Amino acid sequence: MADIATQSTGAEIDLPEAFQNAFRWMVLARTFEDKIASVYRAGKIVGGVYVGRGQEAFSAALAVQLNRGKDIYAPLIRDMAGRAAFGEPVIDAARTYLGSAKGSMRGRDGNIHRGSPREGVPAMISHLGAMISVVGGMLFARRLRGELENSVGAACIGDGATSTGSVHEALNLAAIEKLPLVVAIANNQFAYSTPTSRQFACKDLVDRAIGYGIEGINVDGTDLADCLQGFNKALSRARSGKGPQLVVGKLLRLAGHGEHDDAHYISKQMRASSLGKDCLAVARKRMIAENWGSEEDCKVLEEKAIEEVENAILQASGEESPDAYTHDWNACFSERFRDTQSDP
Amino acid sequence: MSITYLEAIRQAQAKALADNPNVFIYGQDIGAFGGAFKATKGLFEKYPDRVIDAPISEDAMIGLAVGAAIEGMRPIIEMQFADFSTVGFNQIVNQAATHYWRTNVPCPITVRLPSGGTPGSGPFHSQCMEAIYAHYPGIIVMTPATVEDAYSMLLEAIYTDDPVIFCEHKYLYYHLKADSLPKQSLPAESARITRSGRHATVITYSAMIHEALLAADSLHDDGYEIEIVDLRCVKPLDIDTVLGSVARTGRALVVGEAFPWGGVTAEVISRIASEGFHLLDAPPAKLNARDTPIPYHPDLWRYHRPTASSIKSAIQKLLKD
Ligand SMILES: Cc1ncc(C[n+]2csc(CCOP(=O)(O)OP(=O)(O)O)c2C)c(N)n1
Repeated sequence: MADIATQSTGAEIDLPEAFQNAFRWMVLARTFEDKIASVYRAGKIVGGVYVGRGQEAFSAALAVQLNRGKDIYAPLIRDMAGRAAFGEPVIDAARTYLGSAKGSMRGRDGNIHRGSPREGVPAMISHLGAMISVVGGMLFARRLRGELENSVGAACIGDGATSTGSVHEALNLAAIEKLPLVVAIANNQFAYSTPTSRQFACKDLVDRAIGYGIEGINVDGTDLADCLQGFNKALSRARSGKGPQLVVGKLLRLAGHGEHDDAHYISKQMRASSLGKDCLAVARKRMIAENWGSEEDCKVLEEKAIEEVENAILQASGEESPDAYTHDWNACFSERFRDTQSDP
Repeated sequence: MSITYLEAIRQAQAKALADNPNVFIYGQDIGAFGGAFKATKGLFEKYPDRVIDAPISEDAMIGLAVGAAIEGMRPIIEMQFADFSTVGFNQIVNQAATHYWRTNVPCPITVRLPSGGTPGSGPFHSQCMEAIYAHYPGIIVMTPATVEDAYSMLLEAIYTDDPVIFCEHKYLYYHLKADSLPKQSLPAESARITRSGRHATVITYSAMIHEALLAADSLHDDGYEIEIVDLRCVKPLDIDTVLGSVARTGRALVVGEAFPWGGVTAEVISRIASEGFHLLDAPPAKLNARDTPIPYHPDLWRYHRPTASSIKSAIQKLLKD
């Protein structure tokens, strides 16, 4: 149930269509990340692997309602589903994980850091909380130039990162500038091993919206329909000039922090609670129950996802790694400001 | 007509705003109030949409600038004091500095840092931050010492497609005057021989240029001709001009107002030692502020930073070595 703090001005959502669409990206994300996790365990990935298992619904529900080429989407470490829904080709994800020189980061940054800022996807830095003000700046620039129209920016963040000063500054700034920004907080109950009780003392993260003078809603992050409806309302409010929107999804991380972590600190009770439901299984059941898709349709989708992922991994594995000898080791765009110490 | 260093900065911004609709300024109290130092006085009246008061959120201010730059703008961020840029440090060194390298999308932001000591400013309104930013790849750090450079280098900073940390010295704001603004200038990345000499070279930048000039004047009366190199830009470093001067004089003193550990002076000395050791007739020397926070009381402050007289003593010692 979307618990809406203020009156909705949302455009109606075509739930079956949005649901089917989001479900497709959820399946693809789960398939890709399961595969990447096994490639990681086989020792074939440099750096960490962080997956969004259990968060696919919340992630996809936002991005599926954004328009590439018009909106801005700043995913974080558990947003494979959202990235795919926003139009990131699987091959780019595969290339970045497998170190292909053809990936969008060309070996200069890895895995979840990939992005394409000119296409509305800022490339996250590790420092949590730092991307929200960047999205704010992109919107701010468009408004200055009179090119904002009714586009929005969306930024994803976890419960732990809400404790940073960066998040506070960025939300407050977005509020005073009245930017069309939607901040999606995936409250998966843990930041690495730290439970939310060691992260904040307020009753509910969504209450922070009041302090910023912005609107906020809670959604059930395990329920795709609820996520879709919640984001729909937040996005249409943002698009219609009502300023920043906070959407908090309650869910559980159904994986370790990274693939190196067994998450032994998450209790059995919590896993068995309603928070611990697998959003993908819940969505699949709903699809079939509502007759939005048959069991057969789901199977076809799942098989297609496996094929797409396998092909992407195969292709990326066969591509060249970056070559340190021919690499351009210049950190500055301007040739004239090149520091000679960078030369070999 | 006489133009101050501060007025040059104001006029450079006025010109950039007039010439390019993608330029905007974001900073605390810079709108109708005209800025804590009045570096944006009158600009809001002319460009109300592009001279914008910011909340006290240095992190988010830089984040906003990076986002705007990605979208093709050329933001100028005014830090109220250089010292407060530490709150935006993460966004400068991790977000802005790495952006082009990581994504192939340039990040043309200019961060103006009102830097350096003035009497009574104390530990948190006096710092020189050039070295910590210069440490990071992907950032250009400019440290103008003259009215003309303040003007032309700020314009260059704004039109550079990389993040520029622009260290403007508060002590020079009102003290330094010129007759007119330059039409042409040396490129920002080139050092300048501010004064030529043959007995020793003082390599410095920003406000210390003027202390070094006084020291050189005084030594002139004793028969010494001291060459002064103004680095102008500390990252990148125009080491060729430095080495050319050291080749002529054989002696080098590097002066900086910043704290003594590491930093620009240490960098210059290390480059001279490794690339120009054979040019030296004496060990290269360095002079910085003392290794304490910057004192508030003027009587202490004067003895904390290098001055004409401490520079003169350091040169005298160098000449004896
Ligand atoms: C500023 C900062 N501090 C510490 C870290 C290390 N770190 C990476 S992920 C993480 C946990 C994040 O938790 P949360 O924000 O709840 O997101 P989740 O991992 O649960 O999706 C930490 C502490 C970081 N990346 N950035």
